[in-house]
Amino acid sequence: MAAKPLSRAVVTVIGKDNVGILAGVAAALAEAGASVIEVTQSVIEDFFCMVVIVNIDNLKCRLDEVQTGILKKCPGMEVHVMHENIFNSMHRI
Amino acid sequence: MLNMSDIMETVTMIQEENLDIRTITMGISLTDCADGDIKASCTKVYDKICRKAENLVSTGESIEKKYGIPIVNKRISVTPIAQLAGASGGNPAEYAHTLDRAAKTVGVNFIGGYSALVHKGFSAGDRALIDSIPQALAETELVCSSVNIGSTRAGINMDAVKLMGHQIKRAAELTKDNQCIGAAKLVVFCNAVEDNPFMAGAFHGAGEADCVLSAGVSGPGVVRSVLSRMPDDAPLNEVAEAIKKTAFKITRMGQLVGSEAAEKLGVEFGIIDLSLAPTPAVGDSVAHILEEIGLQQCGAHGTTAALAMLNDAVKKGGVMASSSVGGLSGAFIPVSEDAGMIAAARSGALSIEKLEAMTAVCSVGLDMIVIPGDTEDAVISAIIADEAAIGMINSKTTAVRVIPAIGVPEGEELNFGGLLGYGPVMKLRKESPAKMINRGGRIPAPIQSLKN
Repeated sequence: MAAKPLSRAVVTVIGKDNVGILAGVAAALAEAGASVIEVTQSVIEDFFCMVVIVNIDNLKCRLDEVQTGILKKCPGMEVHVMHENIFNSMHRI
Repeated sequence: MLNMSDIMETVTMIQEENLDIRTITMGISLTDCADGDIKASCTKVYDKICRKAENLVSTGESIEKKYGIPIVNKRISVTPIAQLAGASGGNPAEYAHTLDRAAKTVGVNFIGGYSALVHKGFSAGDRALIDSIPQALAETELVCSSVNIGSTRAGINMDAVKLMGHQIKRAAELTKDNQCIGAAKLVVFCNAVEDNPFMAGAFHGAGEADCVLSAGVSGPGVVRSVLSRMPDDAPLNEVAEAIKKTAFKITRMGQLVGSEAAEKLGVEFGIIDLSLAPTPAVGDSVAHILEEIGLQQCGAHGTTAALAMLNDAVKKGGVMASSSVGGLSGAFIPVSEDAGMIAAARSGALSIEKLEAMTAVCSVGLDMIVIPGDTEDAVISAIIADEAAIGMINSKTTAVRVIPAIGVPEGEELNFGGLLGYGPVMKLRKESPAKMINRGGRIPAPIQSLKN
């Protein structure tokens, strides 16, 4: 039997750069039970910009609570959490 | 593998360009609720709607959270009520109250289907329903009504056209203390479609399954933003190509959300409607797309050509993205719901004649247009007849949703609030078409009807 494909979500965090954003996001993800698969992060002209792809098979909370969790640790940032299916359907034929 | 630029594109579309799922609409057949007694019939209608749509709103909300994409409206469409009224007799407005109550119980924004299909003639229940429309719309909040008065196959029922001119005016009069909102919930169609998820014209056609879920996407802001990044001298075929690609992505998202919602609710997935539906919000305007293509303001000469290209490109992209495209599927041009249209109407660049021409090449018709409150019934009927003629001859859906601004002096505006928007009173022609409208009868089916 083929292994069940991983269920993944995409987390984007954008906002003014500050100390400890990455740490806050990582801690919030760990608390939610989301396992990090890939991180892309850069700071462009003072703006912090990060995309994290996480495995949500063993999530301990609802997906939208991941967003609120991150916001609690990194107030003022724009945080978006979306299931990966939306990207697959929009950008793949 | 997911790539960074695709991810950022999607996030930007949602956060900054107002991309959303405009509506998920559950179509519910009420044919099994018909009863000889109107009280019994209403009870069955209420029970069935509440049973089928119990989880519609909560399912929509859970999908919003999963994908981080707003689903602006959750709605219901039902079998044209005239068919039930024909079986039960009584005052059809009782059904309107029942629908309103059911809609409030399940928490949807609108319920459509207070409708009659009279394109060839009136059957039992049709006339009573049409007579009750102004009262029904004045006494209820969430009920939407539509009447189909013509089709390419059957021609135009001019008796119904005459009647509807009068009813639109009355619907506005009965709600004159509330921005004439009654008329904003009433659409008159030619070639109405049976699976349209958009209000106010949604109803659940006779050929549909017992219960289906359809989705309508939006996204004028996204299309405009893509065009704004193109060079000013890009040829129109490249512009069309860019629109097509964008429509593809938007539709795929709608397909994902719609089919997932249908699966969760345990009902069939109906159709996805590809319409570019504007809202009065800044950056969510179809008129602004036309201006981005290269018109100084919507309504200028060239508007019809730009709209034709936009409408066609949207369809081409959408058809590739989903195998169950239906509904109206094109660009909507509701004046009061579109910031760019409102501006063009205010400045005088956009006239009702230009709007009429535009309806020949876009998905629907004269939509959400505020007209003077002292307009004669016959003039409203004539507007309907003109619009129906365009639909009949071109084998397309056309519609009229005009709002007579009762007691509002020229130069002032009506404000419906929310997605219905606001708009200035538009000028109409003064010459009377009364003699033609009073003839009644039918405009015979055109030669295009003989396809067999």
